[in-house]
Amino acid sequence: MNQQNCCCCGGNHVDERLEKVMKVIEEHKTVKGGLIPVLHEIQDTYGYLPEDILKIVSKELDIPMAEIFGVASFYSYFSLEPKGEHIIRVCLGTACYVKGAQGLIDRISKELNVEVGKTTEDGKFTLEATRCLGACGLAPVMVIGEKVYGRITPDDIPNILKEYQEK
Amino acid sequence: MEMVKLTIDGIEVEVPKGTTVIEAARQIGINIPSLCYLKGVSHTSSCRVCVVEVGPRLIASCTLPCENGMEVKTNTPKVREARRTVVELLLSNHKRECTSCNRSENCELQTLSKELNVRDIRFEGERINYEIDSSSPSLVRDQEKCVLCGRCINTCKNVQTVGAIDFSRRGFNTRVSTALDRDIAETVCVNCGQCIMACPVGALTEKENIKDVWKALADPEKFVVVQTAPAVRVALGEEFGMPIGTRVTGKMAAALRRLGFDKVFDTDFAADLTIMEEGTELLSRLEKGERLPLMTSCCPGWVKFVEHFYPELIDNLSTCKSPHEMEGAIIKHYLAEKLGVDKKNVVVVSIMPCVAKKFEGQREELSNDNLQDVDYVLTTRELAQMIKEAGIDFVKLPDEEFDNPLGESTGAAVIFGATGGVMEAALRTVYDILSGEDLKDIDYVQVRGTAGIKEAELTLPNGKTVRAAVAHGLSNARELMELVKSGEKHYDFIEVMACPGGCVTGGGQPIVDSRTQACIDVKAERAKAIYDEDKDMPIRKSHKNPYIIRLYEEFLGKPNSHKAHELLHTHYVKRDRF
Repeated sequence: MNQQNCCCCGGNHVDERLEKVMKVIEEHKTVKGGLIPVLHEIQDTYGYLPEDILKIVSKELDIPMAEIFGVASFYSYFSLEPKGEHIIRVCLGTACYVKGAQGLIDRISKELNVEVGKTTEDGKFTLEATRCLGACGLAPVMVIGEKVYGRITPDDIPNILKEYQEK
Repeated sequence: MEMVKLTIDGIEVEVPKGTTVIEAARQIGINIPSLCYLKGVSHTSSCRVCVVEVGPRLIASCTLPCENGMEVKTNTPKVREARRTVVELLLSNHKRECTSCNRSENCELQTLSKELNVRDIRFEGERINYEIDSSSPSLVRDQEKCVLCGRCINTCKNVQTVGAIDFSRRGFNTRVSTALDRDIAETVCVNCGQCIMACPVGALTEKENIKDVWKALADPEKFVVVQTAPAVRVALGEEFGMPIGTRVTGKMAAALRRLGFDKVFDTDFAADLTIMEEGTELLSRLEKGERLPLMTSCCPGWVKFVEHFYPELIDNLSTCKSPHEMEGAIIKHYLAEKLGVDKKNVVVVSIMPCVAKKFEGQREELSNDNLQDVDYVLTTRELAQMIKEAGIDFVKLPDEEFDNPLGESTGAAVIFGATGGVMEAALRTVYDILSGEDLKDIDYVQVRGTAGIKEAELTLPNGKTVRAAVAHGLSNARELMELVKSGEKHYDFIEVMACPGGCVTGGGQPIVDSRTQACIDVKAERAKAIYDEDKDMPIRKSHKNPYIIRLYEEFLGKPNSHKAHELLHTHYVKRDRF
């Protein structure tokens, strides 16, 4: 199988990410329910589920693409679109919402010119609205990557974003 | 067999262990309504319409195994209310355009609503809007009518092992999707239409061509010729209330003439022609020992299945066009001239038990001189619709004959409609050719019947052995292909029909509701009618058809000649498996 050149790796060099994924696929070939751990690995490795890689999964695990799409679209953990370098998650749980989280989202949307659920054109940021993050005491809460920002206002947004834009 | 005893509505019943409550109830004349349940195919118990009371609980009876001492109640206020609520909830998010729906009066949701006396729908809520997917030449998907029963998915994935559709997303957004929401025409869908047969509502229907055909019939410039597949004549009557398995060949010919077709021909003629071409092809491949097993190519669903999933076996497919395509080519490039009609003005309409034939009709490989061999394909259901629209009282029609020369056929041709038929027809001719005799014993019963895969080893008159296999339903075909690929089995000749039962239960045939399907083996009933038809034919071997003999003398030369290859043979394309 022409697995070395089949996806986003570009040249003829061995794609390490693909090698890693192929190893996990191999391990789960005969395992019942092996699809979800394989999709997990792909999501973690690529940041999303690239179509070309799903085709490999479909062939190797002998599962129709429609079924893989069904599983991938069921769990919010999986994404079928590439995500940005930094994922901004704004909590829209009750407490955060009451404390003005929508204002944060609107401001981020405006500053970065990106809709909720989408990624900026330069691939730097993905904006997501999430359910309760369990940090209601800090409402409204926003998380960028692993870093938590609490009790912020829309006017704090530009400065926070600057940290990441300069990186 | 271990039996269990239980009571349903106070009536004692004894059934084999493993029987479900819904089936046990049917045995004593209690019809428990159901929707997502399709016996042998879909046992998901997701719709909850079939709930019954067992003790204090409401349980779905379609997946509830009978147990000793069980006391089941199917008709209590609680049960009736629960069922009605389920149906009302389904209707609250259903596109209720029943009067203009393709499935009006043949819709299981409509029937349920009527039976359960649903009058007002108490629930009003958000509605989901979907675009209709009419990308395929064979079928149309209208998700706003979908009840998410999963019967189509189970059919596509398990019965056919195609897997073109599945559930996607979750909660209120759950829907039946193709991979990545692509148009169905861009997927591995082989157009068999078994999803249509499984759908209880109007979410999956054939792409109608009725208007195109009415238009052609009304155009004085056009010479409109119709041909009918073998399986249509044993099913069309059902659309007019006749019992399953009624033969209506003569009435059908009469109805077609009254609809205004200029010539009423029979695809069976071309089935005889197919046998001449494919039989010769088989003998030639056997002699050379190449491209074996020879695989039949009459079924467009099967052909597309090979193109997607077994492209390495494409060369094994017979190069013969399917019978109605051959008939179309002969009508346009041979008969038109004889009749003094410009072939450009000839419109060929095929009445087929199939929706894959609609796709096939549009394949560019199936044309000559820039003319498609077949212009329009109508299903058995569409023909019935036209007959009703024209006000023809079908049941009272007299029996009429097909027109000649392309309406004459043999018993060998009519059995194409049942699984094993093409194989048997070919054997009748091959045996005669090799023995040089007119053999009397021509019922090859080894290849008849409804077993998923049938095998036969036959010693030919020249002493050689032919190893034959017949499969119907694509999961059986897949199993057979895996055996061939792995080298575990060796065959010389393989017949495959994509639909379980063959064309008699094709995706274009009258739709039989799930309750009837649970009680009657539709494919066996219709197949019986096919074999009765064969028995009544004066000629039962393709090569004895006098008009076939004349066609070769006058026009084609001999089977597999250059001319025959030009008009009657084709090639295939490799397709993506995603």
